[in-house]
Amino acid sequence: MNNSTISPESRNQKFLNKLKEREINVQACYQCGRCSAGCPIGEFFDMNVMEVVRLAAYGMEEPLLKSHTIWLCAACETCATRCPNDIEIAGLMDVLREIALRKGIAPAEPKVPLFHKAFLSSISHWGRAYEIGMIAGYKINTRDLFSDMKLGLNMFLKGRLKLTPHSIKGKADVRQIFSGQGKEYDR
Amino acid sequence: MKLSYYPGCSLEGTALDYDQSVRELCAHLGVELVDIPDWNCCGASSAHMTDHEVGMRLPMRNLLQAADSGHDILVPCAACFQRLRAADRAMRDDPGHWDIAGASHLPEFEIVHISTFLARPEILEKIKEKVSRTLSGLSVACYYGCLSLRHPHVTGAPDHEMPVNLERIVEAIGAVPVNWSHRTECCSGSLTMTRPDIAGKLVGDIATAAKRGGATAMVTDCPMCQANVESRQLDLGGEDDLPVFFATELIVAAIDGRYSKKQQKVHLVSPAVVSHCFDSTATEDSV
Repeated sequence: MNNSTISPESRNQKFLNKLKEREINVQACYQCGRCSAGCPIGEFFDMNVMEVVRLAAYGMEEPLLKSHTIWLCAACETCATRCPNDIEIAGLMDVLREIALRKGIAPAEPKVPLFHKAFLSSISHWGRAYEIGMIAGYKINTRDLFSDMKLGLNMFLKGRLKLTPHSIKGKADVRQIFSGQGKEYDR
Repeated sequence: MKLSYYPGCSLEGTALDYDQSVRELCAHLGVELVDIPDWNCCGASSAHMTDHEVGMRLPMRNLLQAADSGHDILVPCAACFQRLRAADRAMRDDPGHWDIAGASHLPEFEIVHISTFLARPEILEKIKEKVSRTLSGLSVACYYGCLSLRHPHVTGAPDHEMPVNLERIVEAIGAVPVNWSHRTECCSGSLTMTRPDIAGKLVGDIATAAKRGGATAMVTDCPMCQANVESRQLDLGGEDDLPVFFATELIVAAIDGRYSKKQQKVHLVSPAVVSHCFDSTATEDSV
């Protein structure tokens, strides 16, 4: 069995423990396929939702962390809502994205985590999302300056983009949250 | 009636008009909104998708900020609603885990999404009493999207596959909700900047389904859906794009008996179908 791709010996116990801790019971999957069937983005995935759950149950995190699927999932929760075994599949996708980022694995959809990063950096700075600043940060990081220029200008002319950020008073609280609060005992 | 109010970041920016319509409507209904003091961003999808602790702790701070007043919390944004509910549940299930002062004695407030609130029978009655001009005969596709409904463990939505709140609300102002297929489908708002091709495909499917159902407009209660579905239709090059309205915007118009020029201007797709409802000289032909 050691030569096969999927083997109990190659299971990543840390990954499986993480899922257990978050009460994501991937072992309960009997592959009915409702998750894949209802996924609105499934046609763009390189690995369907049910495959993700199955590989997770095997502890096979490597192919999952490299997949397009984890970055294209929009967290719409259709899969988890319809799962007859109540597996928190959207939560599984969250765990996979988080591990991929922590491990520094090159994301198959590089723009997606760059967007999240730009959004979160805006919040960590001001306490609230500042759309123009966030969009500018994202565009600089992806070197994609010109897409949606017309839309941006249109939104701006319609008064739908606020020029100045709103800075909250409790920035220290927010800074503490972003400094890794709650993760003190993780490693 | 007093409610705590969490507008969220979208309602200070791209959906500023949503915020204004919620506040105007609540004033009409005699509901006093108390903004959660010094609220912060809920983290939206970006936080929970990439960092569990941050994704939980950002909304938790808001709940603690709201704890002093102890009122139920009204949330117009579907994403903020879902994140606040998730944080509320996590904090109440295991307050010790989060190691935050105040987590263990949160008052018993309820976090309520705007449509759930407006669809309460007594509120609907009040709206009906106040309406001065109905949107008579306007065929609308009520579009819920994801986050006010799913996951039902978090949102508490009783009919998450077949919701009826928006339909009840638009009926109260004389519009006609159509039967259609994509009411709870995702529009992929979180991918709209990074993968506009995917957003375009999903939005195209949703708009096509709404038209197939006979709708001339869409009504939603989610600021991401509103912006994404209107804007991504423009890329598809069709000629009969559907405007997407906030339910509150239409209620305010029906109560005021007019649809303001200022409000018409914020739409990326022409909102003429609604302005015509208030135009006394309008005939079927001119629509």
